[in-house]
Order: sequence, then C-alpha cells, then structure tokens
Amino acid sequence: MPMLKIENLHVYYGGIHALKGINLTVPQGKVVSLIGANGAGKSTTLRTITSLVKPTSGKIYFQGEDITQAKTTSVIKKGITLVPEGRRVFADLTVYENLNLGAYLRQKDKNGIQKDMDKVFELFPRLKEREWQTAGTLSGGEQQMLAIGRALMSRPSVMMMDEPSLGLAPIVVRDVFNIIREIHDSGMTILLIEQNARAALKVADYGYVIETGKIVLEGPGKELADNDEVRRSYLGE
Amino acid sequence: MTFNIFLQHLANGISLGSLYALIAIGYTMVYGILRLINFAHGDLIMVAAYIAIYGIMMFKLPWWLSFTLAVIVTTIVGVIIERAAYKPLRSSPRISVLISAIGVSFFLENLAIVLFTGRPKPFPQPELFTTMLEVNNVYIMSLTFIIPVVTIVMLILLNYLVNKTTAGMAMRAVAKDFETSSLMGIEINKIVSYTFALGSGLAAIGGIMWGLKFPQIQPLIGVFPGLKCFIAAVVGGIGSITGATIGGFLLGIMEIMLVAFLPSLTGYRDAFAFVLLIVILIFRPTGIIGEKITEKV
Repeated sequence: MPMLKIENLHVYYGGIHALKGINLTVPQGKVVSLIGANGAGKSTTLRTITSLVKPTSGKIYFQGEDITQAKTTSVIKKGITLVPEGRRVFADLTVYENLNLGAYLRQKDKNGIQKDMDKVFELFPRLKEREWQTAGTLSGGEQQMLAIGRALMSRPSVMMMDEPSLGLAPIVVRDVFNIIREIHDSGMTILLIEQNARAALKVADYGYVIETGKIVLEGPGKELADNDEVRRSYLGE
Repeated sequence: MTFNIFLQHLANGISLGSLYALIAIGYTMVYGILRLINFAHGDLIMVAAYIAIYGIMMFKLPWWLSFTLAVIVTTIVGVIIERAAYKPLRSSPRISVLISAIGVSFFLENLAIVLFTGRPKPFPQPELFTTMLEVNNVYIMSLTFIIPVVTIVMLILLNYLVNKTTAGMAMRAVAKDFETSSLMGIEINKIVSYTFALGSGLAAIGGIMWGLKFPQIQPLIGVFPGLKCFIAAVVGGIGSITGATIGGFLLGIMEIMLVAFLPSLTGYRDAFAFVLLIVILIFRPTGIIGEKITEKV
C-alpha cells in the first residue's frame, strides 16, 4: 500500500483551475519529487493534502485511508507533516519553542518530546547552540534546518517539503539536500517540491513534472533527469 | 502642592492606570491575534458591572461570589461574541469584522437599555473596598490600593499563561501565522476563543473595579473606558501586552496629574486622552513598544 496516493485531484483557487486532475503516488520509504515552474500547482498540491485548501473533486489517501475531507489538525495527527515554503518559522519564539510547537499534538509526552528534540539537535548541532535564541535571529539556512527539525518533531510518517532550497546560498542548498538524504536514509518517506530540478531529481527515487495543473511527465528520478524535454525546460541545457 | 498631596494624586493615577491597563490588555490581545479592534470590548465592562449588581441586589449573593460569577459569565459572553459575530467572518475583509464589532457594541448597549432601563443603578460598595486608610495625614480609600494589587496579580498570571504554558505558546504562534500554526496541529478557533476568554475575563475584573470606583452604572458606562483603553493600547503599541500595560498606566497617571496640576483644565480631562492619541499616531504610529508593522501574508 502506498504511503500517500492522490487520485484525479481538482482544485479551484477563486476562479482559477489550479489543479486539473492530478494523480500521484508516494511509496513508503521513497523520495518523490514534484518539479515544475512557478504557478504550476506544486504548492497547491501540498496545501491540498494538508487540507489548507479544499479540493473540488478527487481523493487523497494516506496509508489506504481516505483523508480528503479531514481537517488540517487530524491530517497532521495521522502523520503527515509539511515544511512550508519560505520556512515560516515563528520568528518571535525561541528555537526551543519552535521545536516544541512541532510536537504540539502530543504535549503530554514530555519525555518523548525531549528525546525527539535531542535527535533533532544531533542532526542540527547549530540549533542546539541557539536553543534559547529567537528564530528570527537565525540565518536563512538555520531557519530551514529549524523548519525541518520542527516538522520532524511531530514524528511524521511522511514529510512533505515545499521548496526547501528557496532563497538559500548554493553551499547551504547542498547542506539542505544532504540533510534530506540523511532523513531519507533513516527510513522517512518524503514528498519534495522544488524549482531546483537538478538537485530534486538527483535525490529522488521517482519524479513528476507538473505544468499548469497537470502532470505531464513521470518516471524514476534518474530517467527524468536524462529526459530531453526535462533537460531543455528545467535543467537549462 | 505638598509632597503628601502629590503622593495622593500619584496613588490615584496608578489606581486609574491599573484599570486602564487591565482593560487595554483585552484590546491588544484580540488585535494581536485577529488584527481586529474589538469595539464590543468596552461594553463587557458594563456587562460585568450589571451582573455583579444583580447578583448582590436581586439574588442576595455575598459580594465575592457575585463578583466571581460576573467574571465567569462575562468571560463566556466574550467567547460567545467571538463565535457568533467574528468567527463566521474569519476569511472576510477586515473591515467587515470591524463593522460587526461595532454592531455587537450597539447591540449590547441597547439590550442593556431594554433589560436594565437607562436609569443609573448604584454599584454595591462592600466595606472592604471603602475603608479609609490614613497614611501621613493623607486619607486614601482602600480601593485605591486594591485596584493596583489586583492588576499586578493579574499581570503576573497573564504573563505566566502567555509565556510559560503550551496554550500561551500556541497563542503567540497563531498571532504570527495562522497557516503555519495549523500545520503544527493547532486548532486556530480554540486558541482564538481562549484569547477572547482571557481578554474578556480581564475586562470583567476591570469592570467590577470600575463599578467600585465610579459606582453609578448605566448601559453606556462601557463606552468611555472602552475608548480610553483602546487609546492606551494604541499609545503603548497595539498587539503588545507590555505596551498595553505601559499605555494604561501612563494614560491614567497623566490624566490625574493633568487635573491635579492644572485644575482649570479639568473639563478637558477626556479630551486629553484623544489629543494624546492623535499625537502618538502622528509621531509614533506603532506606539511606545512599537511592534514593527509587518503585514500578515
């Protein structure tokens, strides 16, 4: 059974038909990348899965269960998490508080939270040093690490990431993708959205190309990276 | 003016300022989370005062029980107002919610006129609050001391709730970013209700003390304190709890001192608050503790 499965998803944003029948499958333990230009519907896909946007028709399944109508809170509770575009850390809150909010749904489990936080600090030692600083004082790269760490705190089964490399220096982008690989190696299922197609396809087991609300191409990451059309349109070759 | 008299004025100013601060906090908390000036907030003062009066006069409850009930019921009224008048407009333009708030304010005022008539009712004066205390030949009513003490206790409690509890952390997160907060699993509506409950509870405590201080209650009693506390919140920096506290104390002390030092201007006492608002809006629109104006995306 796939971790996440989307069937014929249609979404309207105001009057705009943003998703025109998307089909997408994320198998357990794999990294799936969704690439495409600005406004193609990548973020809308993730926002619809987390129920921030309601679809007009179509189905979303999580481990076989229909979650199309579920509220955001219960989607998160089931084990889906989203690292939002632009990081969106809580700038006035401390690093500690940001991570704690990631585990908001199991506040009673103080020991578990502390353990998870230690794991996050192991993954991102820089965050440990800045535990009591407000998130707004962190650099862009550190904020991205915090956003990823915060998402991990919910003990997700599948982690969705919306443009984690956006606005970061190339060297930091490399760090971010190394982290994605590391998290993947620990067994996490990942759905990754990127404009940086080269890096996204390199890390991906499987990829989808989305154009104006439709999936136009799909295939194993490496195959897509070698595809002529993809190379011309997204890799600038 | 002797030093003793000055101290007396200062005590009065701090006492009035505490009241302003308590009520201003409700404005600032709601603004912080919904970016809404809750114009119905001032009328909660009136609601609390009437409940307290009826509890004592009609149901013959002991004053402390009546006051506690007034705070609880007003808190519930505050939450109901949000559910009924603001929540359905969550995704509407801000101006719609603002108009709804003004509507609720008129509704409460007129409902009170129908229920309690426009004739002023005396607020009960339990002995504890009216005892005269003599300090250095200056006579000050015990209420003047009780008000700041209650305010400080409330501020400490509020500070704990906002900064040290999970709900408070969620509240601060929601104030900054609705969408990301809901991605953490936070239920926005619960946190908004919680915020209204805290703000309304403080307004109710403020309302009861207002009644003790100015014991003539009529349906429009909340209008002026409401406006002044709104000014206090803006002067301090709306959205910031510390700002509202500072703004409240500042406004209260300045008002009393203005009357004390320039008795001929006594009639302009209320106008002074509005002049202060205009000056602040011109020279420091974000208030004393200016939160940088960042639009919510």
